[in-house]
Amino acid sequence: MPALPIIYLRAENAQLITEPLDALTVIYHRRSGTTHIVAEPVPQILACMGTAPMAAADIVRCLAALFDVDDVEAIIFARLEEMAELGIVERVRA
Amino acid sequence: MHEFRVQVGPARFRIGSVWEGPIRALAELYRDYPTPTITDYTVRLESVSFLRRYIRPSVAINGDFMLPDAAPLPLAFALLAGEMAMNVQMALGWRRHLLLHASAVEKDGKALIMTGESGSGKSTLSAMLGHMGWRFMGDEFVLLDLVTGEAMPFPRLISLKNEAIDEMQTQVAADRFGPLMRGTPKGDIRHLVPPRDAVQSMGVPARPALLLFPSFGFDAAVRPVAPSEVFARLTQASTNYVALGESGFRALTGFVKAVPARAIDYRNGDEALMLVNQLWDALT
Repeated sequence: MPALPIIYLRAENAQLITEPLDALTVIYHRRSGTTHIVAEPVPQILACMGTAPMAAADIVRCLAALFDVDDVEAIIFARLEEMAELGIVERVRA
Repeated sequence: MHEFRVQVGPARFRIGSVWEGPIRALAELYRDYPTPTITDYTVRLESVSFLRRYIRPSVAINGDFMLPDAAPLPLAFALLAGEMAMNVQMALGWRRHLLLHASAVEKDGKALIMTGESGSGKSTLSAMLGHMGWRFMGDEFVLLDLVTGEAMPFPRLISLKNEAIDEMQTQVAADRFGPLMRGTPKGDIRHLVPPRDAVQSMGVPARPALLLFPSFGFDAAVRPVAPSEVFARLTQASTNYVALGESGFRALTGFVKAVPARAIDYRNGDEALMLVNQLWDALT
C-alpha cells in the first residue's frame, strides 16, 4: 500500500458533468474539454469526495463498505493516481 | 471558372471548377435542390497543374477545408471529387449540429439512423427504404440538433457502390442516376438523385427513434448494444464531437440515453429489410 497520507481534492462540481450510462459512466471535464469513460469505483470515489480536500485513507474508508475485495486500498489508490493524471482530482499534499 | 451553387439540408455550397463538365453534371443531378445566394462553403475542383488541365486531366480536391493527403482524381471521376469535397467541408467545418457519419430515413416523424463502416450497407439500406415509403434523410451524415436532439436531414446525392448499383437500378427510373464511374478508389460508383419528397422536406427534422449498426455478409442476427458502447462508437463516427466540446457531450449523451440501439447482421437486402421492419415495429 503506497503513501496513504496523500490528500486529494476533486475538481469543482461545476467542472465535471457526469452521466451514468450502464456499467460505465461518461464524464465531461470542462477545464480540459476531455470526455472520460470510466468504470467503478471511479464514480463512487468522486461521489465520496466532497468539496474539501480529503485524505486517501478517508476515501478508502468511505468506499470500503461498497467494495468487498481484499486489496481495496491499493485499487482505490491506483484509481486516485490515474484521476490525478487526468486532472479530475488534484494531489493537494503528499 | 465555372460555378454551381446548391443547398443540401441546412448547408449551402458554392462549387467552382476550371472544367465545365463536372459543373454541368452536378447541376443536372442537383436539379431538384434550391440555389442559395449566400453560401457556407466553397469547393474548388482545380487542375493539379496548368498542363494537367488538358493532358491526362487530374482533379485536385480543394475548398475552404481540405485534407492535406487527399489524392487527386482523374477528370472522369470529377463528380466523385465534388461529392468528396462537399463531405470534407461538412466533416471539418460544420459546427451547428453534432455530425454523425450515418444514414437516416424517417417515418411518422421518427428517424431510423444507421451507422457503420464503409461496406456495412448503411447507404444502400437508406436508399432502399427511401424508395419504399420511408422519407430518405441522408446516406452520409446525420445532423443532430445541439438543443432539441432532433435529426436534421442532409439528403445529398446517394452514393451507390458496386452491387448496390444493380440493386437500385431495378427499382428506380434511369433518369435519376448519374454516370457510372468504374474503378474509382472506392470501387464502382454511381450517384442516385434522392426521391423528390426527400429534397422537398429537407428542412423538416425528425426525432431519432432507433439506431442500428448494420453488418453485411453474416447470418441474420440481432444484438443489443449497451449505451456506453453506443457512446464510444458514435464519438468515433462523429467528425466534430471533440470540436463541439460540452455541446457535443450533452447532445450525444442525450441521444444515447433516449434512442434504443441494435446491431444487425444480414446476408442480403430482403433479410435486412425484414429485420429493420421487425425492430422498428417492436422498439418505436
